[in-house]
Amino acid sequence: MNALPSTPPHHWRAPQLSWRFWPVFQRNLLVWRKLALPSLVGNIAEPLIWLLAFGYGMGMLVGQVTVSGPDGVALAVPYLLFLASGAICMSAMNAASFEALYSAYSRMQVQKTWDGILNAPVTLDDIVLAEMLWAAFKALFTVCAILGVILVLGISQAPKLWLALPVLLLLGITFSCLALIFNALAQGYDFFTYYFTLFLTPMMFLSGVFFPREQLPALVYAVSELLPLTHGVALVRPLFLNQWPADAALHLAVLAGYAVVAFWIALALTRRRFAR
Amino acid sequence: MGENPPMPAPLFLADQLCKRYGATTVVDGLTFALEPGECLGLIGPNGAGKTTTLRICLGLTHADSGCVQAFGLPMPEQAQAIKAQMGVVSQFDTLDPDFTCAENLRVFGRYFGLDAATLAARIPALLEFAALTHKAQAKPGELSGGMKRRLSLARALINDPRLLLLDEPTTGLDPQARHLMWERLQQLLKQGKSILLTTHFMDEAERLCQRLVVIDQGRKIAQGRPRELIAQHLEPDVVEVYAQQNQEVQALAQSALAGLAQRVEVSGETVFFYTLDARPLLAALNDWPQLHTLHRPANLEDLFLKLTGRQIRQEG
Repeated sequence: MNALPSTPPHHWRAPQLSWRFWPVFQRNLLVWRKLALPSLVGNIAEPLIWLLAFGYGMGMLVGQVTVSGPDGVALAVPYLLFLASGAICMSAMNAASFEALYSAYSRMQVQKTWDGILNAPVTLDDIVLAEMLWAAFKALFTVCAILGVILVLGISQAPKLWLALPVLLLLGITFSCLALIFNALAQGYDFFTYYFTLFLTPMMFLSGVFFPREQLPALVYAVSELLPLTHGVALVRPLFLNQWPADAALHLAVLAGYAVVAFWIALALTRRRFAR
Repeated sequence: MGENPPMPAPLFLADQLCKRYGATTVVDGLTFALEPGECLGLIGPNGAGKTTTLRICLGLTHADSGCVQAFGLPMPEQAQAIKAQMGVVSQFDTLDPDFTCAENLRVFGRYFGLDAATLAARIPALLEFAALTHKAQAKPGELSGGMKRRLSLARALINDPRLLLLDEPTTGLDPQARHLMWERLQQLLKQGKSILLTTHFMDEAERLCQRLVVIDQGRKIAQGRPRELIAQHLEPDVVEVYAQQNQEVQALAQSALAGLAQRVEVSGETVFFYTLDARPLLAALNDWPQLHTLHRPANLEDLFLKLTGRQIRQEG
């Protein structure tokens, strides 16, 4: 036995992930299953309202939007289709962020669910992984509901549309990783309002969801290149037009890079939070 | 077979634990061990470092120095293997408000990797043990405080643990609920489970614990069996005298009565006379007929107050 001083394990050590994350994910799934039907109504109603109000309303005024198609050929696209392909990315972002902020914070801080789980043989790393994947799953669920609306309304029926789903799942993962950083830092729900109004809302307008980014001033355009949502839209919109996205590998790599770095930061900050 | 079997390793060992937060030392060189089948109580006032000690024992807080071993495995290196054999009831309930009692047990059991068949067999038995069979489909929000604590205890037993860590298991419960909880904990001890518990209720410590470690300001200030500790530190008899006013308290404490006791303590408007033989004192008190008195044997509460002081703590 020794009583020598020992240094605590470093918060920034590599994530140690295991399959023990699954029962934690399953726990969230079980709670959600009880409330799934009412939440499905909200998930379909919200994008429907957006598409009707903006798509049909603005669409009348705007008519068509020109985007650059394959090989740089300009392509005229109905505004409703243009908007739908951007809005579905926005919805993935919002759904993942909301779940990884408000809901994860409730479980972590208010209900102390995480503290309970830590008394079982499950590590904090696995809990954070489970919460991250859970928020991404919620985003995927929302996106599927919207996709259903898009198909029923006949906004797009491109066969490549289905390839948007894995991309949107990755987008959900990226945004849930980012949100978990702020979850780890939060001292209350108010903190998340800043995240939404100062970070997500500007991103919504700068990432080409509502209008082509080419209209932005040069400096703002350069900034918009760095935003993860931009890369999501750049991948999803061509698929809605039944085309292959240009620079797909680059866009995927940016989203994956954001996700990995953000997850690591979120995990380190969460470890620090729990190492009282 | 050898005639001198090697000393069996303790079931649980905390060795020279230290924990500082900034300039404050919360746990200061604390050592204790648990034998199989034993109930060990960590007692101390609020802020004594009990909960921090338990957090270190669970590998949730990193000790600045010292080490913890359970079932021969080191903490926190083997935290997951240790926790697989341990059950924990924390001070505040962490039950899932969205699940029924039965679902709470099932979901928690999955964290241990238990399969559906094992859980289906264990859950009814645990609900019965917790006297919650009739509440199997109720959610924690519909339960009383005592029921919630028993559900937490049942949840901690889902993995059939060898050792239970209980952090103030009956704080905030009414007498009926506390007695039912104690009765269940005694049942578990009879089944051969070991319990490490923190409490600041001395009747709880006396009833459940074979051995006590008294902690104050992170340091161990006494340890032993409850009765032995009382015999070692205290006179066997206590006479409490309730005065009407403050002046009377001082007058009493400095009167000839004090000479009939080994030790006199004043707390508020009560004077405590600790004595080896209460008879002369009680006889003398006949001259003070207006005073209310109580003669009783010394108990763990007296010991606790002697060792940790009667003053209200800043943090208390």
